[in-house]
Amino acid sequence: MNQQRQIINTDWLLIFGCWLMATISTLGSLFFSEVMDLVPCVLCWYQRIFMFPLVIILLVGLFPLDKNVVRYALPIAVIGLLFTVYHCLLFFGFIPENLQPCSQGVSCADDSMVLFGFLPIPLLSLASYIVMITLLLITRNRMQK
Amino acid sequence: MKQTNLVIIAVVLIVGAFAIGTFLYTSQQNQSQQGLVKDNADALIKPHSFRTGNPKAKVTIVEFMDPACETCKHFHPFVKDLMSKNRGKVKLVIRYAPFHQGSDYMVAILEAARKQRKFKQVLDLMFETQSTWASHHKPDPQAFWDVLQRNGFDIASLQMDMTDPAIRKVIDQDLADGARLGANKTPTFFVNGKPLPSFGYEQLRDLVNAEVAANY
Repeated sequence: MNQQRQIINTDWLLIFGCWLMATISTLGSLFFSEVMDLVPCVLCWYQRIFMFPLVIILLVGLFPLDKNVVRYALPIAVIGLLFTVYHCLLFFGFIPENLQPCSQGVSCADDSMVLFGFLPIPLLSLASYIVMITLLLITRNRMQK
Repeated sequence: MKQTNLVIIAVVLIVGAFAIGTFLYTSQQNQSQQGLVKDNADALIKPHSFRTGNPKAKVTIVEFMDPACETCKHFHPFVKDLMSKNRGKVKLVIRYAPFHQGSDYMVAILEAARKQRKFKQVLDLMFETQSTWASHHKPDPQAFWDVLQRNGFDIASLQMDMTDPAIRKVIDQDLADGARLGANKTPTFFVNGKPLPSFGYEQLRDLVNAEVAANY
């Protein structure tokens, strides 16, 4: 790899930031399930399904920088966001209980989903997806100019 | 700074945070469980609890187990082996934690067998044939009755003894005690009231050996 390609510019940093967010979220969710023994509910699993591959896709897009990675990453992130939004609506009671898809097994609107007594995990997921999609959209805008 | 360096630094930081977090969390959990056991020492053994081994043994293993739990099945011969290697020094107390659906029915069979002094034989058989009656976590008690019949047990008298309402009380008491002790997974072991530092064969063996060494 030549020196030129290794230079850090804004485009690279945008994708890097997005990858960083995906990696932190992935390891964070693994921490919840594997270390803290919180069993992921059905909606958590769907959010994971669309979060984990981003770590790999975005990393591949960083070496060498390939801004086209946005085309592949954005749809995945948006679908993940939809699940997260649904989960948050359910968690905060905007969707009535009887519409829950996960009445059996682990509840998606349970108290165990709140960290340190005030931080709900679905909200963390929402923040992460919003950050990633914002960074991806900024990159896309810069490409179109 | 180069791109690769930045990514490597990020990976090191994130994985490091994960490792430190794991260490802090598990040591804090261990401490709180040790406190829990200290505060609820009376919940470890109840007069009704099944026990085996030398009654005067100075090392006591309390095991919260579920007949339908696969890990309990795999630990079963291991615990037996631990006891025979420390013959006379270790006794085992079995508590029920029937978390799987339908497991309380299997516990009732065990309790009925116990009335007929056949607890150990039936428990061995239950674990041996677990895959036939508990496959895919769908308990199929009939399959186990067939096993018992093939092995010459008196089914009718076992079914009769199972109807004893005291059995339900035993299960409820064990579940309540398990909850007080934080035994929310099976199997959960306590050796002389000490929880395992982390789950595993070696951890159990080491803790038992340490307690044997300390008491004999």
